[in-house]
Amino acid sequence: MNPTTRTNPTDTQAAAEALDAHVRDTIAWHFGPDTGCPFWLDWAKTAGFDPLNEVRAFGDLMKFPHFDDEHLRRLPNEAWVPKPYAGKPFKVFETGGTTGMPKQRVSWEDHLTDYSVFADRLDDDYFPQGGNWLMLGPTGPRRLRLTIEHVANRRGGVCYFLDLDPRFVKRELAEGHADTARRYMQHVIDQAAELIRHRDIRCLFCTPRLLEGLGERLDVAAAGVTGVFIGGTHMTPQVIRFLVEEVLENKAQLVPTYGNTLMGLAVARPVTADDGYTLTYYAPQPRAVLRVVDPGDTTRTVAHGQWGRIELTTLTKEFFMPRFLERDEAIRRQPHALYPWDGVGDVRPFGFETKKTIEGVY
Amino acid sequence: MNVPTLPILRFGQPYTSLDADTVSAIGTGAPVASVGKANAGLVRRDARRFDEARAALARFTCDELIDVAARAGDLFMNATLPLGDGEQTPGDYVRQLSATTGLPHTLVRANMAKVHEVFTQMRTILSGLTRGLDLAAIDHGYGEQGGAPVSFYPTTRALGVVLPSNSPGVNSLWMPAVALKTPVMLKPGAEEPWTPYRIIQAFIAAGAPAEAFGFYPTGHDGSAAVMEVCDRSIIFGGADTVRQYEHNLGVEVHGPGWSKVIIGEDRVDHWQKYLDVLVHSIAGNSGRSCINASSVVVPRHGRVIAEALAERLAQVTPRALDDERAQLAGFANPQMAGWMDGAIDEALQTPGAVDLSNKARGGGDRLVERDAVTYLHPTVVYCESPDHPLANTEYLFPFASVVEVEQAAVLDHIGPSLVVSAITEDDTLIGQLLACPLIQRLNIGPTPTSVAQWDQPHEGNLFELLYQRRAVSRVTV
Repeated sequence: MNPTTRTNPTDTQAAAEALDAHVRDTIAWHFGPDTGCPFWLDWAKTAGFDPLNEVRAFGDLMKFPHFDDEHLRRLPNEAWVPKPYAGKPFKVFETGGTTGMPKQRVSWEDHLTDYSVFADRLDDDYFPQGGNWLMLGPTGPRRLRLTIEHVANRRGGVCYFLDLDPRFVKRELAEGHADTARRYMQHVIDQAAELIRHRDIRCLFCTPRLLEGLGERLDVAAAGVTGVFIGGTHMTPQVIRFLVEEVLENKAQLVPTYGNTLMGLAVARPVTADDGYTLTYYAPQPRAVLRVVDPGDTTRTVAHGQWGRIELTTLTKEFFMPRFLERDEAIRRQPHALYPWDGVGDVRPFGFETKKTIEGVY
Repeated sequence: MNVPTLPILRFGQPYTSLDADTVSAIGTGAPVASVGKANAGLVRRDARRFDEARAALARFTCDELIDVAARAGDLFMNATLPLGDGEQTPGDYVRQLSATTGLPHTLVRANMAKVHEVFTQMRTILSGLTRGLDLAAIDHGYGEQGGAPVSFYPTTRALGVVLPSNSPGVNSLWMPAVALKTPVMLKPGAEEPWTPYRIIQAFIAAGAPAEAFGFYPTGHDGSAAVMEVCDRSIIFGGADTVRQYEHNLGVEVHGPGWSKVIIGEDRVDHWQKYLDVLVHSIAGNSGRSCINASSVVVPRHGRVIAEALAERLAQVTPRALDDERAQLAGFANPQMAGWMDGAIDEALQTPGAVDLSNKARGGGDRLVERDAVTYLHPTVVYCESPDHPLANTEYLFPFASVVEVEQAAVLDHIGPSLVVSAITEDDTLIGQLLACPLIQRLNIGPTPTSVAQWDQPHEGNLFELLYQRRAVSRVTV
């Protein structure tokens, strides 16, 4: 498939209509007196508009202000439980490698659904059915711990793990202890190399830095790895090229993703040398929608090809989160044949030109 | 002229990155070059090329590499050399470097001459670094020096250098590594890729193996990677950087120089005779070097000396970059100029110091723009006491304090000083200065601090960074 292939207007229109219908269903659920969660039902009382009647399409979500992620830190998890789920045990997942009280999201099936969709799209030639996985990424309270195992199991394999605490690494780097961070990373890589030597592992989940580090320790492709699902941080086309051409020597497939606990998983259209290893991610629409907005007027979506800040809206029965401004910026890209809605390209930290971020083992 | 694209040089293999920075002309903002950027992973991965790079240099003797350097010096000065996908004449080099760094053409050419001297004086420099070692001892791994057996082993497979943009002359620090058979992994300054690239091309054109040279424009994480994979590195930075690495034997930090001119009791009444030395020490190379004096220490006449200096330095004014009389460099980053200007004004709020340059240049702001380029006028501050915050402060432009200190108390206040030029014939003072551990280079007599001597290293010794001595014996089997 030509990765630059655009979808036809009919598909785009159909996707937009499906999204509008999904928005209506989601609003009806989260603001319905018998189905909504305490947070949104309370919020609606002072909203100044009636979501049930006034939100009929995705564009109507502009009536909502930007979601304040402090709610996810401050409020008890139960505030987010839709009434039909009351009493049903849930899982709690936390966002990335920040210090302090993390943001938390409750989940019953969302995390599995997101990754089932992803698992079913993987290429059997590189991520073989029955192939075993190694999860070389953050564990602990992150949903990746469960979801990568889910992907492996869904495709008939098992998943091997090691412990990785990215918050420790970030803290060490922030305090200037680069050597400790480096030694910790080597400790992680040591474990990964042992597992790869002793078990039949064909597929990896990895962050770019850890894949590179693993590549310094062993020849990843020669060790039997044929597919690498990579994510967890910002990646440039040059980094992708380096990983594909040099670390994996063009012998294993690299599948870059952009995601987080609040959204799910946005998969990149296939990356190729012909396309300059350009990275464009597509949200798992209609369950989540990414807009590239004008930072000065966030109701306005920038034109295709323009930079803007990423805004995320999550629309599942388990979690509704309208218009959350991510800490990232991107180029708005055209829909793709596989994903007939807008993509986000060349994602990087918002204010990249003026700020320095600490990404640690990512 | 087309905007040249500079590739990464991966020890013999040019590599065009998908990530590139545009280097622009100060003032106009016109693009002057596109410089490919290395991701940190690529830097780390290329450490596996070090052994091959060493092997390429090992095919030469040190003597042969000295000859190569001499030829390279001529090519650096006079030849048209490759520049990425195009070529670069010496004139192109002057214009390009001036455009992106703010150094006027006159100073670029002066720095070219300095680099040329390093190329052509390599034997003298190595003799100074090794204290006259017969370099065959490096070729063979052992030899004799002063009648004693010696053996030296390399401390690193490659020398990492994280270069600044402020002056091309800093490249003189790493160049001898090539003749000492050590590959170099260079991270150029963001605005100054020109000099290291041209030096590499001159070396290669003169016969040095391309495999010996790594050129990695990169960001902060890539710079850290250079230092991570090279067991020995040279970096440049402020006092904080110096402190960060002061106990790290693998890193030689070049920080502020706090260089000084000291005039003794015996000569200070004749201070007018030494005004040229003071001017040259402060304003040579537009005050951009750590060997520029930032402080003049005298037992008396401080105010009048400061006024005379201010008068002389007021003649150093912003001019067009290609003006043959230009001696003052502009700032690639106007914010840095603004920060320094503000810091000086703030420090002047502390009583006991006066900016004499303002009056000498007839008033007006210290920070000015000309042709959309930001400049700081040379500034001389008279300080009544060595305890004033401006008495021992260094800035990246012609700035100096003149401080009155009793001769008996000079050593109490001198602090770390890269270069001290002591204008005196007082044996007691000379003896005290010779014994002072805070001075890296001592010029006794009226020599400007900014004059380099190739047979005497200062601020670290590259040979001692790259080689260590071991005991050795060999008997016939």
